[in-house]
This record gives sequence, structure tokens and C-alpha cells, in this order.
Amino acid sequence: MMSLAQVIEPHLADLAVLPVRDLNQALHALRPGTNDTLWRITNPQGRHAVAVGLDAPVTIEIGGHVGYYCAGMNKLAAVIVHGNAGVGVGENMMSGLVHVKGDASQAAGATGNGGMLIVDGNASARCGISMKGIDIVVKGNVGHMSAFMGQAGTLTVLGNAGDSLGDSIYEARLYVRGEVAGLGADCVEKVMTDHHKAKLFGKLKAAGVAGEVDVSEFRRFGSSRSLYHFHVDNAGAY
Amino acid sequence: MCGIVGLFMKDPALEPDLGRHLANMMGILSDRGPDSAGFAVYGAGATDGMKLTLRAPAHFDFEKLVASLRTLARSPVSLKIVDTHAVLSLAATDEATIRQALAAVPEIAVVGAGTRMELFKEVGLPTEVARSFALDRMSGTHGIAHTRMATESAVTTDGAHPFSTGLDQCLVHNGSLSNHNAVRRELKREGLSFATENDSEVAAGYLTWRMRQGAPLDRALEQALDDLDGFYTFVVGTESGFGVLRDPIACKPAVMAETDRYVAFGSEYRALVDLPDIERARVWEPEPAKVYFWERRA
Repeated sequence: MMSLAQVIEPHLADLAVLPVRDLNQALHALRPGTNDTLWRITNPQGRHAVAVGLDAPVTIEIGGHVGYYCAGMNKLAAVIVHGNAGVGVGENMMSGLVHVKGDASQAAGATGNGGMLIVDGNASARCGISMKGIDIVVKGNVGHMSAFMGQAGTLTVLGNAGDSLGDSIYEARLYVRGEVAGLGADCVEKVMTDHHKAKLFGKLKAAGVAGEVDVSEFRRFGSSRSLYHFHVDNAGAY
Repeated sequence: MCGIVGLFMKDPALEPDLGRHLANMMGILSDRGPDSAGFAVYGAGATDGMKLTLRAPAHFDFEKLVASLRTLARSPVSLKIVDTHAVLSLAATDEATIRQALAAVPEIAVVGAGTRMELFKEVGLPTEVARSFALDRMSGTHGIAHTRMATESAVTTDGAHPFSTGLDQCLVHNGSLSNHNAVRRELKREGLSFATENDSEVAAGYLTWRMRQGAPLDRALEQALDDLDGFYTFVVGTESGFGVLRDPIACKPAVMAETDRYVAFGSEYRALVDLPDIERARVWEPEPAKVYFWERRA
């Protein structure tokens, strides 16, 4: 019996010769139901905006480091980066999977509405800034101001979190296994109930690390809801 | 915006390629800074010698200038003309005399001085600037370069980086400092002089002042975290050292790569892609407010 990999012939795109714009136009032409479901991209060489704006359930394997905004606005697709990603990887993604095998730079998963972003290494500052429903799992550390103004979704950090975690946070849920350098305005530690442990386990499982880490090692952080709720006592201030 | 790059060779076998790599790295970041560019290279030099890099308007007669300087100097003075710049090599004992004579020539700006450092900068596309100074043919142990997108002051050669405020010291900066006027006033009181109103020159002067007080480069960079306000990524060179520092908020991008043979810095990874064995290099983003520093062993 043939394996799936033998059946599916990957499309090869060498960015040393193919302009990113041409690649992205070819990817944008894909629609749900396409048979062109596997793409291998070589020589990304830190180029910006590789595989942005996808809207089909296809898999894109990128062999190397990418520049800014890789897989931005992603819908349905799985984009796997075999290297590091520059600023804003998976920015404003709607669904699908973005998996960075190395480190991610600043603002990874920024404003993400849905889907899952996995970073095997570290993510630097402002990871998940203004997140709106995305699930982010970082296996290493995250930098300062992560989940800043996070509105919905989860940020799970297996390592440490930098200063001002969850500053001005709304309803995003943050799980951190390591040290937290400091919490931002209105972000507080919350009780980790069995309900939350089960939720967290689901995210870890989706990220392929269930069993590798124990949910009871995580602490939960979220909004104390004192900043974004209107208090009648403050009416005179307006 | 601006782009900065730096390269520090650990393996002497790579030193002949320094200029070629630096020119390529700088060219790749042209789109981050198309207005002007500059670079400093630490090449050969004698310990009892001194190199002065001079800048003059196009078609300035450097030969004539040096002929008159030779009448004043006790030891030989050699001249290497590189487009709008020239490098004078002289005995350290003649430095004061030569500098005094140069100060009387209004067309001349001394842009760099040291035993090994040569410094070139000019208005124009980075690839053109690198070509006009034949950077690709320069060799050295380490070098830094800058591509400028002017946002807060005019596109002039004076505003181009690197800035050098001490012997064999230079700095490139991406960002802007908010307390540079106050720091400049304090440094002037300490006896430093400044050629421009540029904030980056103040950062260079600050490090010069700290090192003059005896701090090694890494310690001087740590002190800069307390005293310089604003946003910045600095790449700094000294005769034997190479340092990198980002402000605590890390506004400006930075990527580093290290192998057994070299350490490289780029505003973006794109700048590093043609370096030898980059696929096997450790590539990482330098952390905010953390000093990175390498030093050559004599």
C-alpha cells in the first residue's frame, strides 16, 4: 500500500528564482477542494510576506528562515517554517496552523482571530499582542509585553514570560509553566481549576506536547477586569 | 527605519573576505536605508602608527595637501585616496602636528582615527557607496556598516553613520535618542567635542567617555542602559572588540548569527544569508537590555 506522501506530489517553489509575489499569487489561487495540497518552499532567505493570505486547506513546508509577516492572515492552511520567523509571523490569522520550528521574533500571532500558532523555540516581545481568539503555544520563552491587550484566545508558554505579561488584558487566557518576570496592568494570577487544566490539556494536545508536560505545572493569568469595565464611581472623570 | 550590519571574524582565514561580505550585507539592506551609507573596517595597522580617515568635497587635491603635511611631519606620511575620502598613515608621534594642520583646512573633516580603523560614509544608495569606496576589496578583522533612512534630520554626509568619537571606536545606531541634548551638554563639560547635532554621535561620545574613564566596552554599554533614553539598537566597534546593545523595549529589529568562524549582526536575517555556512550558524534575536560582546585575543 502506498503512503500518503507517495500519493501526494508536492509542488516545489524555489524562492531563489521565483519572486515571492508570484508564489503568493499561485497560493491565493488555491481554493478548498484543491488537489494541490502540499507545497515545499526552498531558499526563503529571510524574505518577507512568504505564504500570506492563504485560504485553502493546504500544507506549506518552508525550508529555512523567513522574514516579516510569514503566514499572515492565514485561513485553513498549515504553514510549517523549518527555521526562525521574523516579526509578525501568523499575524491576524483566522484559522489553520502556523508552526515555527525555530524562534519567532516580535509580535508573533498578533491580532490573531483563530487557528493555532506553535513556536518550538522562543518568541520575543509582544507575542500575541491584541490576540482575538487564536491559540498560541510557545515551547520556549516569550518576551516582554506578551498578550498585550489580549481579547480572546489562549497563550500557553512552556518556558518563562518576560516583563509586563498581559498588560491591559481583556479576556485572553494565559498559561505559563516557568517564571513570570512581571505582570502588566490589570493582569492577575488566577486559580487553576480542573476545568482550566482540562482546557489547557486540550491546547497542549493540539500542539502535540500532551504527555511531555504536566498541566499542574502551569499557572494561569488573566484580567482582573478593573481596567476595561466602566465603574460608576469614575463617572465624574469623563 | 535604517539598517545596520556588523561582522566580526574569529577565523583569520576569513579576514580577506570581510569587505566583500560587509558590502553585500549593506547592499541587501538598501531598502531599509536608501539615503546614505557608511562603514568602518578594522584592517592592518602598526601599533606605533596612526591612521586618519579624511573626507573632502569631490575632486579635492589630497596629493597637494599631503605634500604640505610631509613638510611638517618628522616621520613618513603615506596617503591612500579612496574616492571622496583619504586615509593618512603616519607615526603616532606626528598626530598632534598633523591634526593641527588639518584643522586649518576647511574642506577637510577627520571622520575617523585609530591604529587600525578606517571609516567611510557618503550620501547615496548603499550599494553605490560600497562600490565607490571599493569596500568589497577591503580586508580586516571586523567591521560595521549602516544604511540610513533619514527621518529627523537632513540627508547629509555629516548625518551618515558610523560615528567615531574616539580612537578606533565607532558606532552605528538604529533608533532615536530622546535625551541626547542633555547628554551632549554633560559630555561637552567632560571635554568631548561633537561635529554634528546628531543623537547617534552623542551615543558614540557617551561610550568614548565611559571607556576613557577605564570601562571596557561591555561595561560602557551596560552603563548606557542607565544613561541613554530613547530607542536604539547599537553595534559598536573598538580596536579589539565588537558589541551589540538593544534598548529595554527593543523597538528596533536585530538578528545575530554565530559560528566557530564569525559573529554577524543584521537588522534582518536577509542581510546574513550569504555568509559562509549560515545554514549551520546559531541564529537568534538578541534580547532587550542585554549586552553582547566579543573580543579578539591578541
